[in-house]
Amino acid sequence: MEFYRAHVLVCGGFPCVAAGCRAVRGEIERSVKEHGLEREVRIVETGCLGPCDLGPIVVVYPEGTVYSRVSVDDVSEIVGEHLMKGRPVRRLEYTERLPSVSQADHKRPDYFGIQERIVLENVGLIDPDSIEEYIARDGYLGAGMALTSMSPDEVISAIKASGLRGRGGAAFPTGVKLGFTARVEADQKYIICNADEGEPGTFKDRLILEGDPHKVIEGMIILGYSVGATMGYIYIRGEYYLSIERIERAIAEARRYGLLGHDLFGSGFSFDIEVKKGAGAYVCGEETALIESMEGKRGEPRQKPPYPGTCGLWGKPTVVNNVETIANVPPIVRNGADWFRQFGTPTSPGTKVYTLTGDVNNKGLIEVPMGITLREVIYGVGGGIPGGRRFKMAQTGGTAGGCLSETHLDIPMDYESLQETGSALGSGALLIIDDSHCVVDIACALLRFFEHESCGQCTPCREGTRRLHDIFRKTRELAATEKDLKLARELAGVMQASSLCALGQSVAVPLFTIMDHYADEIEAHLEGRCPAGVCRPNPANADESAYETLQAGNGIR
Amino acid sequence: MSDITLTIDGKSVCASPEMTILEAARTVGIKIPTLCWHEDLGSPSVCRVCVVEIEGQNTLQPACSYPVSQGMTVRTNTPRVRNARRMAIELLLAHHPDDCLSCQRNLKCELQQLAADFGIREIRFERVSRKIPRDESTPSLVRDADKCINCRRCIEACEKIQGVAVLSTVNRGFDSVVLPAFGDDLDSVVCVLCGQCTLACPTGAIVERDDTGRVWDALADPNMHVVVQTAPAIRASLGEELGLPAGSIVTGKLVAALRKIGFDRVFDTDFAADLTIMEEGHELLDRIQKGNAPLPLLTSCSPGWINFVERFYPDLLPHVSTCKSPQQMFGAVAKTYYAERADIDPARIFVVSIMPCTAKKYECQRPEMRSSGFQDVDAVLTTRELGRMIREIGIDFDSLPEEEYDAPMGISTGAGAIFGATGGVMEAALRTVYAVVTGRELSEDGLEFHDVRGLEGIKEAEVDLEGATVRVAIAHGLGNARKVMETIRTGEAPWQFVEIMCCPGGCVGGGGQPIGTVMSSRAERGQALYEVDREMPLRESHKNPAVLALYQEFLDWPLSERSHELLHTHYTPKKS
Repeated sequence: MEFYRAHVLVCGGFPCVAAGCRAVRGEIERSVKEHGLEREVRIVETGCLGPCDLGPIVVVYPEGTVYSRVSVDDVSEIVGEHLMKGRPVRRLEYTERLPSVSQADHKRPDYFGIQERIVLENVGLIDPDSIEEYIARDGYLGAGMALTSMSPDEVISAIKASGLRGRGGAAFPTGVKLGFTARVEADQKYIICNADEGEPGTFKDRLILEGDPHKVIEGMIILGYSVGATMGYIYIRGEYYLSIERIERAIAEARRYGLLGHDLFGSGFSFDIEVKKGAGAYVCGEETALIESMEGKRGEPRQKPPYPGTCGLWGKPTVVNNVETIANVPPIVRNGADWFRQFGTPTSPGTKVYTLTGDVNNKGLIEVPMGITLREVIYGVGGGIPGGRRFKMAQTGGTAGGCLSETHLDIPMDYESLQETGSALGSGALLIIDDSHCVVDIACALLRFFEHESCGQCTPCREGTRRLHDIFRKTRELAATEKDLKLARELAGVMQASSLCALGQSVAVPLFTIMDHYADEIEAHLEGRCPAGVCRPNPANADESAYETLQAGNGIR
Repeated sequence: MSDITLTIDGKSVCASPEMTILEAARTVGIKIPTLCWHEDLGSPSVCRVCVVEIEGQNTLQPACSYPVSQGMTVRTNTPRVRNARRMAIELLLAHHPDDCLSCQRNLKCELQQLAADFGIREIRFERVSRKIPRDESTPSLVRDADKCINCRRCIEACEKIQGVAVLSTVNRGFDSVVLPAFGDDLDSVVCVLCGQCTLACPTGAIVERDDTGRVWDALADPNMHVVVQTAPAIRASLGEELGLPAGSIVTGKLVAALRKIGFDRVFDTDFAADLTIMEEGHELLDRIQKGNAPLPLLTSCSPGWINFVERFYPDLLPHVSTCKSPQQMFGAVAKTYYAERADIDPARIFVVSIMPCTAKKYECQRPEMRSSGFQDVDAVLTTRELGRMIREIGIDFDSLPEEEYDAPMGISTGAGAIFGATGGVMEAALRTVYAVVTGRELSEDGLEFHDVRGLEGIKEAEVDLEGATVRVAIAHGLGNARKVMETIRTGEAPWQFVEIMCCPGGCVGGGGQPIGTVMSSRAERGQALYEVDREMPLRESHKNPAVLALYQEFLDWPLSERSHELLHTHYTPKKS
């Protein structure tokens, strides 16, 4: 093994790739070579380091100096000064909003802030393309322990005891779900990793897969063993090019190491994984629509029961879990349920990975314990709201999540507490909205999204999403009446009660929270007035929304 | 499995565990409204009109697909349930034209019925039209996508029952609509025009092309000699169209009604069915004895089936009998033999068929079907269209006195009558083939081949012809036909003769039959045809005196040169 006196970590998460980190990395390699440092300095392209709006990010160890927005022109100075002479380049150093930096240096809790890393323990620290680096960080230890020293039931018991709940949004206890499928007798069972991350503003699964693909593979092996499934599929958004590239490479590596395929760890258990690319429909993140899509059909949810656990892919018992849920599994098996339960709250143990976006200083990928407050996230990790503006609303869980107002800033972010507010923790998007935005405009944009993404199968959702959007468009044009809004409430209530799947059922979540928490502001629109000064009669473009710009761009350049 | 107990609206209900809530509720007289559910087509669970409350569930669930379970408590009549159902109907109405009064399905529309039952008086949403042009591209069917309510029953019928699958949902969300792929017209896809979708559709989104106007015009034209033929199945289904119970036999009233409408001669397709047996039976024997064409021989009576084989199994077309269908044999004979005997210029003869079938409307326009020198059959009306004509002129159908068909082409045997039920052509053929091969007559009991009867999807039988065994198969519904054809394609098929009918149940279940046709009504109608057969003095085609006279006076013998010219044809592959 070779030793290096310095490591240069170049963030290779997709926002940094988009910002030009590959060119920076190439330039660093060239410059390091030019200076004759290639045997002293190792350059590693890692997964996401966290502050996604500041890319390209470069971190130099052993000092742990973080450079943000590094350009190709900056490289010679970093190499010449920092690596040659040991003098960090202060001008490029990122200091101002440090709490959000996903400092992998566990010895420096000041950087770590309130973040707690289970899922992201390796993200930003190791080379995702290197199985050795993963193994060096106790990778595949959990799978080895499960397959060689635990019975499938013991694995399920451990996961049950950990209290892990589904991180895709529904929060169903993972161990219970596994138990259902384990009990079913079948000649074939499947594990599906749901990486069809479709909630606007959510990109955590993408960054987990990019930054630590082997962890997802390991988690799937353990889940497969626990229920008796020998085949796993990763259903991933087709446009997640980098994730697909890295996970496919990781699968090939794992096969080469005998960690996928026949008779793993000499246990007699065989398991393999295949990647299936989705074509981009939001609804395909719903597990049964995902299965339909995998079977080559139109991506439409199935009426349940039967549930996938007993009758899923190709009619076989199938466990569908979110990427983040699966990534929690190896550490739980490795460290035990008690260890896991020390994080988070009693009913929502563990951590939650969020993508923090919108009107907040530090945007990016964070992992925090369940139960911390919204205030801690926004004003701690998030570094507050830019321009000294006032917090207005936080949307949790993407479009299908609810909205939290100022009164909810001190509510613990866990499943139960958010449910009590009428909201939901959801998938992990956390969109912060300041007081320059209008809630009617926001509602309108959300409804437009639902209208566009409704699969069209069931009456309430297919017809209702359009009708709700119509009513809120009218409200935004300051032309709605109280009767319209009453109808909207009635309609959304019916959609929540009788739509076939969670898409139609969830429309009411953001809508009702907005209507309840911002009743006065909505009321003003009926009187022809938009307090935020956003809405006006007869806009040039009826679909234009300031909020959508915020949401679509994730606030990340 | 043993029965379970659940509670519906406070009533304790004993149900079998494979039942849905809907089925269990019906056993105790609770009729939960439905729209996308159809008793033969399953439960797409999409309309959400049948939602109910289940204790312990946050959301309402569709009764049509939700399985019962022990101890379950269901409520079908709560404000929440009623609101959800009313809202679903209101939303559908707002996205549906309001031209009920001039709709072909007026008073026979399930959406209209629901709106009436629920007393929907106000539609609070703006009415939106899809503005998709009506598809009138085929002679059989008219599609009006604006009336589609996305219940998907037509998709189920086309895909699951018929295995044709030309219909699917296109677009997403509010723009979703059921159409052929890419929104193409029906004539540019592999639609076989069977019309099962018209029976499946709860609204007027897909209907038969209405040809009653053309027939009224012909009847009103003093220069035209308008003759009508009635398909075997009509006598067992027209009553239903006019409000009588399923399976009512209305042969005599049918004839009387057609005379009242003004047809110059009322003839019977059963006559042509007997003629078909003479030709097809001899073709079968010819193939078996001479080995000059592939076996098994496949029947060719059903035009939807012919469309199917042309598109999906063109390589197996040589197996298909060269016999035209009875309807077309009738037309060819009517404009030659009958014209000659009656001394009427065939140009003045207008042949109308009353058929249980929409594909017949296409068949009569085929270029192959002009062997009289004219279009052999001029217009085809379905059972439903005839029903409308009868209602239009105010005939009190049920009180009509029974009348007899006209000679000679109204003379038939029981063998012709059973053509309308699946297995009937086979049975009729076996009766005659037996006599021809053995030279002996079957006993009264021996006439009935029970192995080939009934609604099982694919039936097989072996028939002993005094030493020689004939192995036969019968399939109805193209989904079943597909399975048979796949076997034939392997070259392993053990059969010599195979009857295939396009529609489930055979013609009694045809796409032109009364709205509301389901498997149970198909069964009743089939039974009615076997009853007609039993009551007939003659039950074998080769004993039909009018057919024998036709050979003696005009055609010479089965498979003669003239027969070939008028009664046989060859079908050609169609692109799929």
